[in-house]
Amino acid sequence: MNIFGWFTDPSHWTGSDGIPTQIGYHLLYSGVALLVALAIAVPLGIVIGYTGRGEALVAGSANALRALPSLGLLVLLFLLISPVVTGNLVYVLPTIVVLVLLAVPPILTGTYAGIQNADPDAVGAARAMGYTQRQILVRVQLPCALPLLISGVRSSTLQIISTATIAAYLGLQGLGRFILDGRAQADFAQMAGGAIVVAVLALLLEFSFAWLGRIVVSPGLRRTAAKSSSPVTSALNPSGETA
Amino acid sequence: MNWITSNLDRIVDLTISHAWLTLAPTVLGLVLALPLGWWAHRWGRGYAAIVGSAGLLYTIPSLALFIILPVILGTKILDPLNIVVALTLYSLALLVRVVADGLSSVPHDTVAAAEAMGYRGWQRLLLVELPVAVPVIAAGLRVAVVSNVSIVTMAALLGIPQLGSLFTQGFQLRLFTPLVVGVVMCVVLAVVFDGVILLCNKLLTPWRQRTVTS
Repeated sequence: MNIFGWFTDPSHWTGSDGIPTQIGYHLLYSGVALLVALAIAVPLGIVIGYTGRGEALVAGSANALRALPSLGLLVLLFLLISPVVTGNLVYVLPTIVVLVLLAVPPILTGTYAGIQNADPDAVGAARAMGYTQRQILVRVQLPCALPLLISGVRSSTLQIISTATIAAYLGLQGLGRFILDGRAQADFAQMAGGAIVVAVLALLLEFSFAWLGRIVVSPGLRRTAAKSSSPVTSALNPSGETA
Repeated sequence: MNWITSNLDRIVDLTISHAWLTLAPTVLGLVLALPLGWWAHRWGRGYAAIVGSAGLLYTIPSLALFIILPVILGTKILDPLNIVVALTLYSLALLVRVVADGLSSVPHDTVAAAEAMGYRGWQRLLLVELPVAVPVIAAGLRVAVVSNVSIVTMAALLGIPQLGSLFTQGFQLRLFTPLVVGVVMCVVLAVVFDGVILLCNKLLTPWRQRTVTS
């Protein structure tokens, strides 16, 4: 088992099954899933945060979703659609659906909790200054919600990156290829190499989100954002999710 | 249905090993998180360091950790110990912050009252602060155990037997029944563990019922 040798072999860094290509595929699946999840979760989160309706339902189903094993869901979806869908889509669709399912709850929770936790004084001040409901939402509540929203997107992204490895189980590309092919060929160096690349990718994204949070969030909010992690929200929305 | 009756023994075996692979790390994680969380709560600068490194640990994908750990521990790739250690680390990473925040959530008045009544040091921690922090810790424990139930299934990709093995089998045989049985049993395990924690939380904090009903 020579992991160092696996990394330094130049043939592993080029071609259609090289490390850069597989990172590209991994990020492609992850990016598509994240965009779909954002398109669903952010508007829905705004509606829930704004009207206060459906909160209990969302909190309950987010917990139930956590118990659903992504690998089981992936294979189940694949078997369900394989009689009707043809081509590559039969592998891509279940993968994206599973990743989106994992990614929606943290973004949704982050969005509505962020809007609801927006400083009531700031909202009141905006109202007193003659802001309309819509202006309050766009100019006050959403910027106030950004720290929690970004933390939700971060959780989702890390969970997607972690889970996208199972795309390889259906035969797709991505960094899971090294792990599963290594397992099949009893090539531990390849397995460990793939595992290390996924772990490093996840850590790099974690650091990018910390940096993004620092530049995007309004300076006036930074102090309150650091304080806002109450014990209960930290328990219900832990720093990151893995699957 | 035929598949279930002819594979009943195997389903039971897989469920039992799944339950062990979930429970052992959750309990170990809690046992380790209590002193570390207390330390982070007491020592202000330690909080950022401990919670920060715990967060980083949590970002490492589970499948990757299952493979990297044998290199560090010198175990075989198929050793269930890797799963136990990996999930213990995840549970610890999640719970250390929960324990620290739970202890910090104990009202100052409660601590002062305990002090005035003569509770000192360890006594105050074990008899007053920790019991008051139980609901917060229980909330974190519920998240940890339910996530562990589903993370364990990833070990099926390496060939370690538990309920996830039913998923790989279902894929190889193109059979729905093992898949559905696997998913249902995972949800059942999660609901049972979740319920046990809720019950323990209730039993450990009898004063909360009294204040609610009065």
